[in-house]
Amino acid sequence: MSTTHKRFNTRAGRAFDVLNVAVLTGVGLLAILPFLYVLAGSFATELEITTRPFFLWPNEFTTASYASILSSDVFVRAFATTVVVTFVGTFVQLGLTALMAYPLAKPDLPGRRTILSLVVFTMVFSAGMIPTFLVVKDLGLLDTYWALILPMAINPFSLIIIKNFFQQLPHELEESAKIDGANELQVLWHVILPLSKPVLATFALFYAVGIWNDYLSPLLYLSDTSKWTLQMILRQVTAAASLSADEMATDVPPPAQGIKFAVVIIATIPVLLAYPFLQKHFAKGMLIGSVKG
Amino acid sequence: MTTALEADPPRVRKPARRRLRQDVVRYRWLFLLMLPGVVYFALFRFWPMYGARIAFKNYIPFLGIDGSEWVGFAHFQAFLSNPDFPRLLVNTLVIAALSLFIAFPLTIVLALLLNELRLQILKRTVQTLVYIPHFLSWTVVVSITALLFAIDTGPLWTFFAGLFGTDANMLADPDWFRPLVLMQMVWKDTGWGTIIFLAALAGVDQEQYEAAIIDGAGRWQRVWNITIPSILPTIVVLLILHTGQILNTGFEQIYLMSNSLNRTVADVFDTYVYFAGIEQGAYSYSTAVGLFKALVGLVLIFGTNWLAKRFNQQGIF
Repeated sequence: MSTTHKRFNTRAGRAFDVLNVAVLTGVGLLAILPFLYVLAGSFATELEITTRPFFLWPNEFTTASYASILSSDVFVRAFATTVVVTFVGTFVQLGLTALMAYPLAKPDLPGRRTILSLVVFTMVFSAGMIPTFLVVKDLGLLDTYWALILPMAINPFSLIIIKNFFQQLPHELEESAKIDGANELQVLWHVILPLSKPVLATFALFYAVGIWNDYLSPLLYLSDTSKWTLQMILRQVTAAASLSADEMATDVPPPAQGIKFAVVIIATIPVLLAYPFLQKHFAKGMLIGSVKG
Repeated sequence: MTTALEADPPRVRKPARRRLRQDVVRYRWLFLLMLPGVVYFALFRFWPMYGARIAFKNYIPFLGIDGSEWVGFAHFQAFLSNPDFPRLLVNTLVIAALSLFIAFPLTIVLALLLNELRLQILKRTVQTLVYIPHFLSWTVVVSITALLFAIDTGPLWTFFAGLFGTDANMLADPDWFRPLVLMQMVWKDTGWGTIIFLAALAGVDQEQYEAAIIDGAGRWQRVWNITIPSILPTIVVLLILHTGQILNTGFEQIYLMSNSLNRTVADVFDTYVYFAGIEQGAYSYSTAVGLFKALVGLVLIFGTNWLAKRFNQQGIF
C-alpha cells in the first residue's frame, strides 16, 4: 500500500504521468484521424472537399460518391472477385499450413529437423521476384487467380508458430484418442483442430488480410485488366491526379475527388470489420505459439 | 577373418533399409498430411532458387534455362558497374537508415510510454488505435497520403505549405519523397511494432520494481535499470532481423510512391528489379540484381548474429 503510494507521490512523476497521457492520447488520435478524414470526405460534396482543408463531419451529407462507384461494373466485379479470392485463398493457405504444421509438431517424425531447417532457410533467403515469376509462368498460373493464392500459400512464420502451438498441447488427449482406434487424420480433425480454434482463427484472419491487401501479386501475375482485384482498381482511381498522364493505363478522365475518398473506404471496410476479431486473438495467439520448442 | 568382414556390411545396411521402410509405413499418415506443404515449399520456394541460375546465363525463354548461354558473372559485373548502381544503393540505404534509426527507436519509445501508462483503459484504447494502420494495405496508405497531400486541397498539404511557405506538389517533389515515406512507415507500423516489446515487458517480475522502490530508485532509474535491460534481448533479435532486411525496402510502398518526377530518389533495388525484369524483360540481369540483394542480406544477418553473440547477447540461430 505504502509503496504504491510512493510511486505516485513525487511531483516529477505526476508531471510525467500527465504528459504521458497527453502524448499517448495524441498518438492514438494521429493513428485514426487520417482515416476519419477520408471517411468524412467520402460523404461530402465535391465542393466541400476542394474548399474545406480539414473536416471530420461534412456540412452537406451525400452518398453520391458511393452511388457512382457502385454503378460501375468494373468496380463491382473487382470487389466480388476479391471477396471470392480472399475466401478461397484463406481456406487453402490455412489448410496447407495446418496440415504441414501437425506432422512437424511430432518430435519423433523422421526428417523433421531437416524440413524445419529448410523452412527457416526460406525465411532468410529467397530467390527473388523474377525466378518466382518465371516458376508461376512455367506452371501456367499467369492470369489465373491461383497466382494470387499459391505462391504465398504457406507463411514460414505462421507455420512455425502453429507447429509450436500444436506441440504444447497435452499428449494424453492424442494418446487416448489413438487407444480408441483413431488414426492421425482423425486425431488432427477431432482432437487437435478443435483445441486450436483461437490460433487458427488468428492466422486465418492474417492470411485473409494478406490476400485482400495484396498489390504485388496482381501487379506481377495479372495482365488481364478484367481480372484485376480491388487494390489494383483503387490504385488506378487514386493515382489519377498525382501522376502524370503517361503513368495511367487508361484514357479515362481523372475521377472526381469524392470517388477517391469512397474507394479508399470500400477497400478498407472489410479489414476494419475483421479487426476486432483479430485484435481479440492476435496478441494471445502469437504469444502461445512463440514459446520456444 | 576376411569372410566375416565381407559378410558384415550387408547385415548393417539391411536393418537401415528395413528401418526406413518401417518408418514410411509407421508414419504414412503424417507423411501424407505433410505432402502438400512439402510440394509447396519445393515448388514455390526452392524451385525458384534453382531457376535463379539464369543470373549466370543469357536466359532466352525460347531456348529454356539449360539451352541458354552461360555467361558467368557478367550480369553481376554489369550491375555493379552500371552508372545507376551508386544512386540505387544510396536511395536504398537512406530508406533503410530512416527505418532503422528513426522508425525503430520510435517503436521502442512508444512501447516504453505505453508501459508507463497507469490508466489501463486508456492504455488499451491507445493500443487498439495504433495497431489499426498496420492492417491497411500499402495501396490504401498511399491513397490516403495522396488525398492528404493533394496540392491546394489536401489538409496536410495546406498545413505543410503554410509551415514551410512552399507551394510544391509534395507528391511529386523529390525533396518530399523521403519525408513522406518515413511518415508512412511510422504511421503504419510503429504501433504494431510495440506488441513484441509489450509482451516482453509483461513478463518482467513486478517484485523487481517493488524492490527497487524500497531501495529508493526513482522512476527513471527503474526504467533504465529494470525495464530497458528486460527488453534488450528483444531489441537485439529485432536488430539482427532488421539488418538482414537492409536492402529490402518493401516493394509495394516504394513502387506506389514513385512516379516519373521523383525517380532520382525513389528508385531502389526492389523496384529496379521489377522495372528491369518484368517491364523490360531482362530476366537474367534482374535475377542477378535480386540474387545480389538476397546474398548481401544473408551475409548481414549472419554477420550481426555473430556480432550479437560476441557481445554476449542471445542470437537468433
